[in-house]
Amino acid sequence: MSDNQDFVEPETGTLPLDAWHRAQGARMVPFAGYWMPIQYEGIVSEHEWTRTNAGLFDVSHMGQLILSGPGLDEAVEAVLPIDLSTLKLGQQRYSLLLDEEGGVLDDLMVSRWPDSLYLVVNGATKWDDIGTLREALPDDITLNHLDEQALLALQGPKAADALARHATGEYPLSALTFMKFGRFTLAGHEVTIARAGYTGEDGFEISLPASAAEEAATLLCGEPEVKPIGLGARDSLRLEAGLPLYGHDLSPDTSPIEAGLVFGINKRRRTDGGYPGAERINREIVEGTARKWVGLKLDGRLPAREGAEVFAGSAKVGTVTSGGFSPTLGQPIAMAYVVSAHADEGTALEIEVRNKRLAAVVAATPFVPHRYYRGSK
Amino acid sequence: MARYFTDEHEWIDLEGDLATVGITDYAQGQLGDIVFVELPEVGTVIEKGKDAAVVESVKAASDVYAPISGEVMEANSALEDDPALVNTSPEEDGWFFKMTVADKAELDGLMDAAAYKSFCDSL
Repeated sequence: MSDNQDFVEPETGTLPLDAWHRAQGARMVPFAGYWMPIQYEGIVSEHEWTRTNAGLFDVSHMGQLILSGPGLDEAVEAVLPIDLSTLKLGQQRYSLLLDEEGGVLDDLMVSRWPDSLYLVVNGATKWDDIGTLREALPDDITLNHLDEQALLALQGPKAADALARHATGEYPLSALTFMKFGRFTLAGHEVTIARAGYTGEDGFEISLPASAAEEAATLLCGEPEVKPIGLGARDSLRLEAGLPLYGHDLSPDTSPIEAGLVFGINKRRRTDGGYPGAERINREIVEGTARKWVGLKLDGRLPAREGAEVFAGSAKVGTVTSGGFSPTLGQPIAMAYVVSAHADEGTALEIEVRNKRLAAVVAATPFVPHRYYRGSK
Repeated sequence: MARYFTDEHEWIDLEGDLATVGITDYAQGQLGDIVFVELPEVGTVIEKGKDAAVVESVKAASDVYAPISGEVMEANSALEDDPALVNTSPEEDGWFFKMTVADKAELDGLMDAAAYKSFCDSL
């Protein structure tokens, strides 16, 4: 007998669009505590559809949080390495939740709403994040978990055309550029739309009441450019886009500087510090890190998966954190932490898969160029 | 020619003393888009229930177990150039390998097409 309570497997939850996904023919799998659609038609066709048209992703498992209260900016800056003095109303920014040693607890989006900050955090970590934030923030800062809100991501080169037919607001949707957000009306419901996503394509994240999610999803998928897309293609798209995934490429054992996320530590904070882990992070910004997160392209067709070891000659120099087959490039790609001396673009390395050594080369990321909409020039 | 199925979703065609092995249409549907198939080398002696091949889909690697014991006589080289054959023709052109049958009694425990169909329906 141990003193610990028996571990009880938590029940897998259902999200607002559960029945809708099943009716669309999705194969559902447990992910981040919820039943989620892994694929509809097939990962490759859904991936290619998103790269050429527009895909609708259900990301309602992610956590949507609102922080408000007196001294909000100062309180949040004590927790996140963000410079809120440069985050204006209508803007969204990438940030990081760090532990005292500078390890990554989560990566997240922060938006400035009127008198509040809106955070989108990862689904698998949201309960821990809420705990961390509640503990770290002063009592008079209120944290609201918007668990009655759904979150849809419409991604792809035709996302803007399809969404503009239905989203109305004080200004046209086209006024939103990458990492900006606004309030709109969609299917008769008040929604918040951010021009962002995690596929590397132009696209939007739509926060809306859970009760409106089916209606909105049906409406958007009624457009000729839009199909529902599963988590499988979401993962292959974000891998091609060279974007890290929490729990795979980021963890408490990794620092954001190793992961190449120095942009997540806003400039003023790099000298001022004053957030968890600042000492280590700021030292690493100046001195560099012993290992770096890099992209790898592999010869042949055999993919290297998470956990595969990376070699330079006989020396183990790293470990793959994400890997798969790139439908766009038609070859396997991977991301790995490798010893910095072997991290330069063009360095030839080998990855061990089932006792075979696969030739790989350090490659620039993103593997497939980003196509974010930054406004007409 | 007799066709048998396993509850691990392999099929076996027995023609004389030679068995052709592949994965079923149900299995390829579960795996999704297949990008690589690692086949056993000719001459490998494999044992029922042990790893015989690996199928890599876009998403994940999956082991294929030997449905019976025997020696690998031929591997389907067409899968090297076109692994998607497993998706498009799983139970014909997308066969994996041909093997000898070391012990015909091992076939007794396998399913026929009707039994396999009801097995899949129950999943």
